[in-house]
Parts: sequence; structure tokens; C-alpha cells
Amino acid sequence: MSVALVIVSHSVQLAEGVVELASQMAKDVELRAAGGTDDGRIGTSFDKVSDAVTELRQAGHDVAILTDLGSATMTVESVLDLLDDDEAAHVRFADGPLVEGAVAAAVTAQVGGDLDAVVAAAAARELFG
Amino acid sequence: MTDALSLAWADAWIRDAQAVLAEHRMELIDLDRAIGDGDHGENMDRGFKAVVAKLDEGGIDDVAGVLKLVASTLMSKVGGAAGPLYGTAFLRASKAIEGDVDANGVVALIEGALDGIVARGKATTGEKTMVDAWTPALEAAKAAAAAGETPAATLRAAADAAAKGAEATIPLQATKGRASYLGERSIGHQDPGATSTAYILNAAADAAEAV
Repeated sequence: MSVALVIVSHSVQLAEGVVELASQMAKDVELRAAGGTDDGRIGTSFDKVSDAVTELRQAGHDVAILTDLGSATMTVESVLDLLDDDEAAHVRFADGPLVEGAVAAAVTAQVGGDLDAVVAAAAARELFG
Repeated sequence: MTDALSLAWADAWIRDAQAVLAEHRMELIDLDRAIGDGDHGENMDRGFKAVVAKLDEGGIDDVAGVLKLVASTLMSKVGGAAGPLYGTAFLRASKAIEGDVDANGVVALIEGALDGIVARGKATTGEKTMVDAWTPALEAAKAAAAAGETPAATLRAAADAAAKGAEATIPLQATKGRASYLGERSIGHQDPGATSTAYILNAAADAAEAV
């Protein structure tokens, strides 16, 4: 089962930009941008994150979610808390620097890494020790 | 006044909170601009307006139902940190009570809310966050309930303690969230999350005294 990524940013453009950048080296990986609030303001949206996760799960992917700032992470954790237990095993928060982490995670997914490997890659430890 | 607090109280509380947060929208925006991203007043105003719109649709039959509605609406409608924090607070509060709320129920509700905030935000006291308002509120509620006070008086004690706690964030240096990047420059400003907490608990006490 291939791993897909959800990029959560306070900014619509930043989320889309990270997806654009990360997909360059990961042509076959499903990447979803979940940026901004429901009405396009700066912020994050529980519904945007939740919808992206649901869509990717229905397509058969495991899902790693990356965030830009602490309050985005809290939104993601709220989504994870409300997942069923059997779903929760397939969806993880991937902690790391957003841009490097997304590129590292996407490349790892591209070469067939499983969810554990993708989440570990998102920490971008090669660069940040 | 010794009667347990019912659905009518919960409904009045949330409507009062919405009115107060709308009234203090600019104040919360200014507090958040000083040490944050400036969206707290706007987010709380939008969030509670959305909650009241959902309350108007009806279909809620107990206090826990109201709190759960607040939780899901704030989580979905509030884009800033306040959405997941207050959302989780109200969700845990809804799970901590059953039926009408007596003084011990007030304690359980506040304890549930604080536990939710701590679980979500991983903050502790003294970090210049809403935890600095909820923690003294819980302590005051516990003392009032143990002394045999009414639910309304227990809420009043909690609200007063939350207001003092919010004020006591002024000299603190933020060590959690984005305000922590300001370092010492965060000193001298009251925390917006602690302030909105004090308004929300004050609305709860006002509503309890009115029913």
C-alpha cells in the first residue's frame, strides 16, 4: 500500500507550493494540500485536513501528515484523535521541518517506503542531526 | 439557586459567551496582535457565532449535548490555535458530565476542559497560556464545591479566579506557542487565550445566576 502525504499550512499558497516542490522528485506519490481556513483566510481547517485524509484512505493509501506551525499540528492531532482505532494505524502525524520534511517524505514514499519509513524521513534527520 | 444547572443554563451560557466575545472582539485582536498573529478575537467571534447558529437549529437535549456542539463547531470553524484547544476542552468537558450539573459537576466540567487543553497544547502553568486561567478556575471551583456552595457560586468562584489568572499572565514571559519567539518582549501583555477563557467562564457564572 503506497503512502500519500497531506501538507497542512496556515497559508493556501504555502501548502500548494510545498506540494509542487515535493512532487518534483516523487511523480507517483499522492500529495494533497490542506492550506488555510475553510474560507481561505490564514489558519488551518479541521475539515480540509479530515477530508483529505478520508479521500486518500478511500483510495487505499496510508497517510502521513506534515504541518507548518504548532497550531496546525494541534488541528491535525484533533483529526487523528477522532479517527476510529483501525483507521488510526494508517494515518500519522510526521513531525519535521515542513519543506525539507515533505521532500524527504515524498521521495521515501516514491521509492516504496512504508508509513514508518516516510514518517521517519519527514524528520529530515540527515540535515538536522 | 441550589438547583442543578440544566440545558437552559448551558444554552444561555453559550449565547452569553457569544455576545461577550463579539463585544470584546477588538480587545482580543489587540491583545493577540501584541504577542501573536492577531486572529484570536476574529476567530472566537466567528466560532461562537457559528455555534449559536447551530444552537438555533435545535435538537439538543442536555448540557453535554450543548458542550459537544460547541466542541465540534469550534474545531471545524476556528482556524487558529483556539479551534483545536477550545474544541478539545469542550469535548472533554462534555464527556465529564451527565445530565444536569451540580457543584461537583461544575468541577468535573472545568477539570475536563483543562485536561483537554493540556493534552492538546502540552502547556503547563506559568507559560502565559489559557492554562493560566483554567488552572486557578479549577482550584477555586474545587474549594467552592467542597465548601458546599451552589453550582452558580461554584462557577462564580471559578470565573473570578480565571479573571485573576488572566491578569497574572501580564508579567509572564511566554514559553509556549508563537508568542515564545518574542522572548522577553512578550512580558507586559495579557495573554489573549487566558483572557477569552475568563470571558467564557464569566458568561457561565452570569447565566447560572440568571436561571
